[in-house]
Amino acid sequence: MSAKLKRMKSHTRVNLLTYLGVTVLFVVMFYLQSAGMLKRSMAGMLIPICCYMSMAVSLNLTVGILGELSLGHAGFMSVGAFSGIIAASCLQTAIPAAGLRLVIAMVVGALFATITGFVVGTPVLRLRGDYLAIVTLAFGEIIKELINCLIVGTDEKGLHMIFNVSGAKTVEDLHLKDGGVAIIKGAQGAVGTQTIATFFAGYVLVMITLLIVLNLKHSRAGRAIMALRDNRIATESIGINVTKYKLMAFVTSAALAGAAGALYGLNFSSLQATKFNFNTSILILVFVVLGGLGNVWGSLVAAAALTILPEALREFSDYRMLVYAIVLILVMLATNNPKLKVFFSRFGKKSEKEGN
Amino acid sequence: MKRVFAFAVAAVMALSLVACGSKTEQPSAPATNETSDSVQVFKLGSIGPLTGGAAIYGQSVINGAKIAVDEINAAGGNIQFEFNGQDDEADGEKSVNAYNTLMDWGMQVMVGPTTTGASIAVGAQAAADRTIMLTPSASGTDVIAAGDNVFQVCFTDPNQGVGSADYIAENMAGAKVAVIYKNDDAYSQGIRDTFITESGAKGVDVVYEGTFTEDTQTDFSVQLAAAQSAGADLVFLPIYYQPASVILNQANQMGYAPTFFGVDGMDGILTMEGFDTSLAEGVMLLTPFSADAPDERTQNFVKTYQAQHGEIPNQFAADAYDGVYIMKAALEAAGCTADMSAADICEAVVAVMTQISVDGLTGQNMTWAATGEVSKAPMAVVIENGAYVLPNA
Repeated sequence: MSAKLKRMKSHTRVNLLTYLGVTVLFVVMFYLQSAGMLKRSMAGMLIPICCYMSMAVSLNLTVGILGELSLGHAGFMSVGAFSGIIAASCLQTAIPAAGLRLVIAMVVGALFATITGFVVGTPVLRLRGDYLAIVTLAFGEIIKELINCLIVGTDEKGLHMIFNVSGAKTVEDLHLKDGGVAIIKGAQGAVGTQTIATFFAGYVLVMITLLIVLNLKHSRAGRAIMALRDNRIATESIGINVTKYKLMAFVTSAALAGAAGALYGLNFSSLQATKFNFNTSILILVFVVLGGLGNVWGSLVAAAALTILPEALREFSDYRMLVYAIVLILVMLATNNPKLKVFFSRFGKKSEKEGN
Repeated sequence: MKRVFAFAVAAVMALSLVACGSKTEQPSAPATNETSDSVQVFKLGSIGPLTGGAAIYGQSVINGAKIAVDEINAAGGNIQFEFNGQDDEADGEKSVNAYNTLMDWGMQVMVGPTTTGASIAVGAQAAADRTIMLTPSASGTDVIAAGDNVFQVCFTDPNQGVGSADYIAENMAGAKVAVIYKNDDAYSQGIRDTFITESGAKGVDVVYEGTFTEDTQTDFSVQLAAAQSAGADLVFLPIYYQPASVILNQANQMGYAPTFFGVDGMDGILTMEGFDTSLAEGVMLLTPFSADAPDERTQNFVKTYQAQHGEIPNQFAADAYDGVYIMKAALEAAGCTADMSAADICEAVVAVMTQISVDGLTGQNMTWAATGEVSKAPMAVVIENGAYVLPNA
C-alpha cells in the first residue's frame, strides 16, 4: 500500500490525502455530533465552515490558479444564496422532502451564479491585474444594491417579483393572494427562511468543490490556465485561447460560490444582502492568501481555522477582535518565515518537489 | 534577527492581552453565594454588537442588563441572575454562534439579541430549542414571528411608523412632510412603509421622499435641497442618529430649518461624540424612554449608568434594563426554579407572559400579546437645552 502510494504522482497523492482528510474530519465531526459530544458553539459552526471552505477553494481557482485578483467573490455567493432561498421557498409545498429541496436549491444557486459569472466575466476578463480587481469589487457592490431592491413573494399563482428601484414599493405591492408568503423583502432581506441546510450537504459540497477544482487543475485545461497565469504572451503565442480558459476558471469558481451561498442562505432564517459586502469578499481572500495561493488544502485549513478562531477567542471579551488580528499577523509571519519553511520542508520533501 | 524580535514583541503583546482579557470577563456572580434553599439563581444571557458599526446599541443593551442584574442580586430576593453578555457584530451568523456559546454556558433565559436581523436568525434557533427569548430592542415584526417564545420589550417598527403618523396628524395638522430614510436598512424601511400607509389614511401631506444607503450616508445635500424646494416644513427621519447628525448639520449649513421628527433610533444623538448638540435643538422624537423623567427609578438608573459608564443611558439600555426585570417578573409568576431546564422554563414563562403586567422605565403597565408584541404608550419628546422634555410644557 505504502509502496503504491510512493509510486503515485506526488500531486495525486496530495489530492488523495486531501479527500481522505476531509472525509475523516467529517466522519469524526458527524460521530461527535450525533453522540452529543460536540459543544453547541462548534456544532453551529459546522455548516458555515463547509460553506467558507468551498468559497475559499473556489476563489483559489481564480486567484491562485488563474492568477487574477477577484474582490467580488461574495457577490456570487449572494446570487447563489438568494436564488437558492427563492427556489427552496417556492418548492416548499411541491417537494416536501427537505434534502431534495436543498439539493435543488444549491443547483439553482450554482446555475444563477454561473450565469452571473458568465455575464460579468465576458467583458471583465479582458482587463488585467488591478483593473480586474477594481471591476470585480464594483460588481460585488452592484449585486448587493440590486438585491436590496428586490422584492419577491410566492402564492398559489406562482412567483411574484418586483424591482424596487425608487424605494417606494413594499411587499404589499406584490398583491399576493391569501396564503402567499414574501420571500425577499428588499432591504429587510430574506426572513423566515426554513433552515434546511445539513452538515452532510456541506460535506458533499466541499467534496464536489475539491473534485472539480483539483481535477481541473491537473487537467489539460488546468495546465493551460496555469500557463496563462505564468506568462500570458507565451501562452497566446502557442495558440491557446486566452478568453476561453480565463472564462472557464472564472465561471467554475462563480458556480461553486453560488452553491456554497445557497447552502449558507438556507442555514439561517434571516439573511440580508449587506452580509455579502466587501468585507466578506476580503475575508475569503484572506483564507486563500493565508492558506497559500494555489494551495487547495491550505485554503481548507485556513477557512476552518479563521472561522473558528473568533469564536474560540470569546473569552477575551473586549479584546477579542484585537487578539484575532494579532493571531492573524503572527500566522502570516510564521507561514512566510524562511526558517520555518525549511523546517517544514524536511518532513514533506517529496510532496514539496512538484510544488503542491 | 529582526524577524525574531518582531515575533517576540508580538508574542508578548498577545500574552499581555491574554492577561488583561481574562480579568475582564468575570460573569457577575450573585452577591450572596451562600444560597439558601429559596434563592434561585438563573443563568441569563444577552447578545448584542459590542464591536463594529452598531456597537453603541449592543454596549448599551449589555450595560443596561448588567445594571438590572446587579440591582436584583444586591436586593437579595428569591430570584437572582448570573449574567453573560456576548458579542455578535450585528450579524446573523455571529449571533447564532453567540447564542450557541451561551447555550454551552448553560443559559436558561435570554434577554437579547439587540438588532433585528440577528434576532430573526437567533429567534428561529431559540424557537427550535424552546429557549425563552425577550429581545430588548429588535423592533422588526419578523422577530416575534419566529415563534411563540419570542417577545419584545420595544415597539415594533409598524407601531413606530403608525405612532409617528398619528402624532403628526393630531398635533401638527397641515404640516408638509418630507421623509428621508435608509432603503438598505430593514429598520428604516420598515418604519417608512407603515408611516406612509398611515399618513395616507390620516391625511398627512407627504411632499417628498428621499432615500440613502450605507454607502451614501455622508452627504444629504441633494435630499435636503429637494425637501426644501418641495416646501416641507417637517422632516421625518426614521433612521439611526449617526446619519441624522449629518442631516442636522447640513440643514443648518443650508439655512433650512424645518422641524425634525425622529423615532427611537434618533435616541443617542445627544451623547454622540463630536456632535454639536445645539444643532439638535427642537428635534422631536418618539421614544418610550426619557433620561430626564422625574421618577425615582429612572433617576437611579441614569445615575448608576453614568457612574459606571460615564454617559447618559439611551433607550436601548433602558429597554434591556426593563427586559431583565420583565424576565424576573415572568419567572416569579411562572414559579420557575433554577434547576429547571431552559425548555421547561420556556414553556412555563410563555404561559404567563400574556398575563403579567410590568412597570418599567420605558412604560407603565407593559403587557404582552401572545404574538410577542408589547403594549405600551409611546411618548413624544422634544430636545431643549440638550435634554429631552415633553412638548408644550
